[in-house]
Amino acid sequence: MADTAHSTTNTAASAKSGKAEGNPLARFFRATEIDTRMLGMVGALLIIWVGFHILTGGLFLTPRNLWNLSVQTASVAVMATGMVLVIVTRNIDLSVGSILGFTGMVMGVLQARFLPSLLGFDHPAIWVIALAGGLVVGGLIGTLHGMIIAFLGVPSFIVTLGGLLVWRGATWFVTSGQTVAPMDVNFRLMGGGTEGSIGATWSWVVGIIACLAIIAAIINARHQRKRFHFPRRPIWAEYVLVALGCFIVLGAVMIANDYYWPINIARRYAEANNIPWPEGGLLISQGIAIPVLMAIGVGIVMTFIATRLRFGRYVFAIGGNPEAAELAGIKTRWVTVKIFALMGVLCAIAAAISTARLNAATNAQGELDELYTIAAAVIGGTSLSGGMGTIAGAMLGALVMQSLQSGMVLLGIDTPFQRIVVGVVLVMAVWLDTVYRARSK
Amino acid sequence: MTDQTTALVEMKNISISFGGIHAVENASIDLFPGEVVALLGHNGAGKSTLIKILSGAYRRDAGDILINGEDADIRNPRDAKKYGIETIYQTLAVADNVDAAANLYLGRELQTKWGTLDDVAMEANTREVMGRLNPNFKRFKEPVKALSGGQRQSVAIARAILFDARILIMDEPTAALGPQETAQVGDLIKQLKREGIGIFLISHDIHDVFDLADRVFVMKNGKVVGHARTGDVTKDEVLGMIILGKVPPGAVPGPGAMKSA
Repeated sequence: MADTAHSTTNTAASAKSGKAEGNPLARFFRATEIDTRMLGMVGALLIIWVGFHILTGGLFLTPRNLWNLSVQTASVAVMATGMVLVIVTRNIDLSVGSILGFTGMVMGVLQARFLPSLLGFDHPAIWVIALAGGLVVGGLIGTLHGMIIAFLGVPSFIVTLGGLLVWRGATWFVTSGQTVAPMDVNFRLMGGGTEGSIGATWSWVVGIIACLAIIAAIINARHQRKRFHFPRRPIWAEYVLVALGCFIVLGAVMIANDYYWPINIARRYAEANNIPWPEGGLLISQGIAIPVLMAIGVGIVMTFIATRLRFGRYVFAIGGNPEAAELAGIKTRWVTVKIFALMGVLCAIAAAISTARLNAATNAQGELDELYTIAAAVIGGTSLSGGMGTIAGAMLGALVMQSLQSGMVLLGIDTPFQRIVVGVVLVMAVWLDTVYRARSK
Repeated sequence: MTDQTTALVEMKNISISFGGIHAVENASIDLFPGEVVALLGHNGAGKSTLIKILSGAYRRDAGDILINGEDADIRNPRDAKKYGIETIYQTLAVADNVDAAANLYLGRELQTKWGTLDDVAMEANTREVMGRLNPNFKRFKEPVKALSGGQRQSVAIARAILFDARILIMDEPTAALGPQETAQVGDLIKQLKREGIGIFLISHDIHDVFDLADRVFVMKNGKVVGHARTGDVTKDEVLGMIILGKVPPGAVPGPGAMKSA
């Protein structure tokens, strides 16, 4: 299933013949089955990063900025994973920003007003109940949208356009437009920040587990192919993939650990714990932020759903040929309902991240996020004509969008001009993709 | 093929209309094990509609469907598959964007004990079935979009026989194919016939199917003109049935037959 989007590149690899032809680079990509399209995106991202780094005089590629970038990307990245499935089935969801706003407000009211009066202030269960409440509300909203689209036959564009207005209005209605703050102490951890990070040791633990998982996955895949006597990748290619994967993971951990607590917070921490203030300051690593871990977790789960489960297979089959899927006996309408329900739940997760980060639920939360989410999915290679897209691509797309924005902020570019650039980049990215696809046919 | 055995499929007095237009009116056809029955008629004669009722894509307004002499309740494609009815559609109903294995198992994926897709097992079976059907087929990892018409057709056929179909419906199976691929499909039909599978061939071109079929049913304006053994009639006579609705002496007239003067 994952092959759908990058089929053209690994064709030759699967039909492996004794002699490989082409130049060494082409041979390398064929053997490792690395998706060149995805690689192009990584390349574009690196160009953006290095470009901003030079333009800002060395401000961009710092642990601090990269760490912030990762936290800022988390919310949209979470929603983009769901948007992939929506767009793959030739639908669209314009309401994600408003659902984020509404579920955020629900969670805010639950934890700041309703639950404390019931359980007492700072009760340890508050954050769980609030989060669960938000997830349920998000899921119900998505289910409602999906039902109207699948069973009443209203186009998703219209249903979710209505949803955009309805849920934004509902967000206002809940508190008559008032901002709800502050959030629960534990809930706030989901927003990142100094407390919402897991520190150096745990970051290394996560990194090492990730590396082991990569190795296990590659060994397992090879073992399976051996069992059925399918052509396998050359062994050196497997090593390259393992090395590359571990390098990226451990590199990211190292950067996250290289960003230290701000000096004031570190000083307060030292005073509170009776640690003598050392010469040159106390260096405490932030480590990976919790929202980033959440986004990565969502990405892994969604990739699993999209590629390893029947549901995911049906999503792509419906996107490729709705009639064929129907004739094959797939309950296409229920699949549609499930996709939108899932999208609603993901909006609630994104809402948790963004309200926790802001430490408030406002009625403007998530405005324009639908556009960033759709843009992320599309830049990430999701085809609007349906049937094609990857979760990882969409998350990378979200990172590209956020990198552009945060780079422009560092450069001190005005908001109106930022939007112009983002808009132009979106159109250009899709155009380049169209050219790429036309050529690779 | 012999009249003593029960029919594999018997569709009796089937009618369906769309918005007041009688697409199929009082049509009856039957099919025996190991038999190839061609369903002929112009475009719009109602043959595809009739057969879509059997495959579960449409629901009939009136009439009965009997499978092995027993009443069959077919409301959707899933029901039809339960009775061993597999359909290969004119439009090559494959999901273009996924690979051959995904298409073969679409709607009936193999799962591991953890409920995940067992892709390797599916690919292994796909390789085996495709190897039997079309030994030249090598592009297992590519989306079906990248394949030629004949290769796509062999995917569609493999999809049908993979699940032990007893009744195979082929709607214009060779319409999208070149001469060589058409011959391949012909060989395949003979092979399936030997295995005792009953096959409906639907076509508007008599030359495609006359040599393959044991019997022909001809439809015109939603009604059955008549049916005949291919041994008892000539191609020209069948052509007369298709164009004029004129029933030759070797054929059994149906409700749609031209009233003889």
